Amino acid sequence: MQTKQLIVHGRQHLLALLVMLGTSLPAWAAGLEVAHAWAPATVPGQQVAAVYMQLRSPVDARLVGIESDVASPVQMHSMTTQANVMRMREVPEVDLPAGKTITFAPGGLHIMLTNLKHPLKAGESIRLELMLERAGHHRQAVAVSVPVINRPVE
Amino acid sequence: MRSIMIRLIPQAKWIGIASLLLVIAACNRHADVPRESFKTVDVTGVDWGKDFHLTDHHGRPASLADFRGKVTMFFMGYTHCPDMCPTTLAKMAGAVRALGKDGDRVQGLFMTLDPKRDTPAILAQYAPAFHPSFLGLYADAQRTAQTAADFKLFFKAQKPDSSGNYTVDHNAVIYVFDTRGRLRLYMKGDTPVADIVHDLKQLLAE
Repeated sequence: MQTKQLIVHGRQHLLALLVMLGTSLPAWAAGLEVAHAWAPATVPGQQVAAVYMQLRSPVDARLVGIESDVASPVQMHSMTTQANVMRMREVPEVDLPAGKTITFAPGGLHIMLTNLKHPLKAGESIRLELMLERAGHHRQAVAVSVPVINRPVE
Repeated sequence: MRSIMIRLIPQAKWIGIASLLLVIAACNRHADVPRESFKTVDVTGVDWGKDFHLTDHHGRPASLADFRGKVTMFFMGYTHCPDMCPTTLAKMAGAVRALGKDGDRVQGLFMTLDPKRDTPAILAQYAPAFHPSFLGLYADAQRTAQTAADFKLFFKAQKPDSSGNYTVDHNAVIYVFDTRGRLRLYMKGDTPVADIVHDLKQLLAE
């Protein structure tokens, strides 16, 4: 049971599972849980896009990079708000402590696609590869399919 | 007795009217206290944020006088902002839509804090994509800085990374002007759409 739970948003679950089977990842990387992955649709003229998701690794690991066929480079940014000043700072890697849920969400840590090749349209999916590192093991690329949806307005 | 009363009645009428007028006058001395209650920060009467002089994405000069008669929402951000800026503009658009026909009396404006990358061509695509009536605004670096300072808005571009990308730290604020072009409300970026709509309605009803 190497390709264990890969909890992905909606019907991407099956697709992601098939990707896992196809690439024969070691158990520790295949065991990465991805939940609530989504990207807000972008407007024409917008060259950057945010991607949000929750990650949980079964072992201590690090997310050290992300690649996408719709944007390059893909970066990770923290966002803090102090005295109503929005500050984004690139973070080169994010720790994934064993069993802990790490959340990329609006207003906080997020994945940023830069130099978008085309606007992201609601209803489509984009594919990301998450580069995972674990001490004493080879780096692994975990593919994730991310649905694009219209940003909820509250 | 009756004759006295008949003679008194006309005076009584005039005294009554005079008293009524005095009472009305006394009440009106408090008429400048707004009976509205805003959910966002009321900055009516501040001595800053009086105007801006920018260019819109069609290349036309734009200042507050151009939007007299409409309630104006003025937001400063940049298009390389993946989260807060599109969210705020989407909220502004959502508020305009929620107003229905009255939405025609509201003008959304987006001034770029990053004119180096946010060219008029990009603004022309970006701003109206949130709502067809929205205008992108820009100026050179000096006027951009001056405008932000006029509105007490902090912003600071960070150093570019190895790919040349950079972020801009900034306050997220929607400045709202009434139909007479006076700055009235200061809405922080995290204001719920319902509150924006509530306050716009108050200003539209003035």
